[in-house]
Amino acid sequence: MAEALLEIAGLAKAYGALHVTAGVDLAVLPGEIHALIGPNGAGKTTLVGQISGEVMPDAGTIRFDGADITRLPVHRRARLGLARAFQITSIFPRFTALEHAALAVMAARGRTFRLLRPASSDRAAREEAVGLLEEVGLAARAGVAAAALSHGEKRALELAMALAARPRLMLLDEPMAGTGPAESAAMVALLTRLKGRCAILLVEHDMDAVFRLADRISVLVNGRIIACGTPDAVRADAAVRAAYLGDGA
Amino acid sequence: MRRFLLAFVLFAALAAVPAFADTAMLTLVARAMIFALAATSLGFILGQGGLVSFGHAATMGIGAYAVGILMEEGGRDALVSFPVSMAAAGLFALVTGAISLRTRGVYFIMITLAFGQMAFFVTQSLSAYGGDDGLTLAARSTVAGARWLKDPKTFHYVVLGLLALTVLVSTMLARSPFGRVLAAGRDNERRLRALGVDPYAYRLVAYVIAGAFAGLAGALYANLTEFVSPAYLSWHRSAEFIVMVVAGGPGSALGPVLGALGVVLLEDGLAHLTEHWRIIFGPLLVLLVLARGGIATLLGGRRDG
Repeated sequence: MAEALLEIAGLAKAYGALHVTAGVDLAVLPGEIHALIGPNGAGKTTLVGQISGEVMPDAGTIRFDGADITRLPVHRRARLGLARAFQITSIFPRFTALEHAALAVMAARGRTFRLLRPASSDRAAREEAVGLLEEVGLAARAGVAAAALSHGEKRALELAMALAARPRLMLLDEPMAGTGPAESAAMVALLTRLKGRCAILLVEHDMDAVFRLADRISVLVNGRIIACGTPDAVRADAAVRAAYLGDGA
Repeated sequence: MRRFLLAFVLFAALAAVPAFADTAMLTLVARAMIFALAATSLGFILGQGGLVSFGHAATMGIGAYAVGILMEEGGRDALVSFPVSMAAAGLFALVTGAISLRTRGVYFIMITLAFGQMAFFVTQSLSAYGGDDGLTLAARSTVAGARWLKDPKTFHYVVLGLLALTVLVSTMLARSPFGRVLAAGRDNERRLRALGVDPYAYRLVAYVIAGAFAGLAGALYANLTEFVSPAYLSWHRSAEFIVMVVAGGPGSALGPVLGALGVVLLEDGLAHLTEHWRIIFGPLLVLLVLARGGIATLLGGRRDG
């Protein structure tokens, strides 16, 4: 096996008596799309929170590219190349799509602590931002205020902002949730295009999308990884079928 | 475009005031413009950064005291005392901001109020400089030895120029990448952190800049009244600044200017009409705030981002 990009060992987090993360080991390889699936309440969101740095684990370690990041704050992890696109679309309502992408580019390049020149005069950031919007299919909507974008477009914008950092690992929290079939298909196509540019840890309920996109799948049930492997191996796994896919999915 | 027109009309009108106003009127308008300068600095951190400081009068009062104390010690020239005012107010903002900005929301409001009151009580205890009674200035500051500020019309244009400069700086900051980060932190701090940016340093710098400009307003106010007193730092004054910013519209660079001019001139006008002017003033304020965005929105001068 190649050297893992993200390596989680013995991760544990409890809220009172509830062990939401109960000793998770997980490795994401460079460039792979690694899907994290599991029934509701399995602890996916808490696990992603610990990887991004918003939730501090009780025990265990998280290593990114060989460095221990278990205790690093969110913005330091982002700087190392660990980007996150959010599940609850959480953008800045008054900014346009282009301003979002440009801010993300400037943040990633450390060009935000500038006080007197207008943000719009940063040509390089602007060009890169336009490129990102083209890549996610939002070029035509660049001047639209984010609050006026459709649900799917906001998701695409989230992705463009995450990509601005040229991340080595992207955490994608349910990019298909709440989108229609057409938007879903567009998102799958987009993620397929991104394949290989960076590793993606994909948390998703849409099984069609997961089995089409993922190189490997980890199944989280009750805070534990009960299976990890290729889509075919996971589909055939008896424990997974019993715990999760048993109801004909 | 409408925004530029509004700014142009407003500043042209203010520039025309000395042509017809008597000395009392000039004093009133100068007072309104000085408060507008302080309100603009508060409007920047409140509108752009979402930081509701309840101690802004303290920074302005420190600027006023810097002029008063320097003059008492023989430092009469504005070229020295005004920068000292800005530096003293900025330093106060740096120290208190470094602590206050670790909190958010209502805690930030309370802690800035507490620091403001501390500064208030310190000035009260300055017995060498008038203590409770305040300190009367021997004269207005000189400018490179010249006694320009003594002339009400010249003073009017000096204040107007510095107000225009403050509005310009506030607009430039709001449009810079720095201002974008502040706005992003106001709208969605969590998303901003995920982009790799910790908003703390940005907020602190904004807080210090706003404090320094409030200090400048204080230096001008000390010269206008030729007097400084602890009342300049009181939390009532801080609350007035918040009222001016909110009534004028915190989302726009001109909003706080309109709010301050409106509040000061309206207060004065209503006070001439009736002793119970607050009964009229209160409901007017409620209506303005209900208009969401204040006077600036009514006149079409919103700031984007």
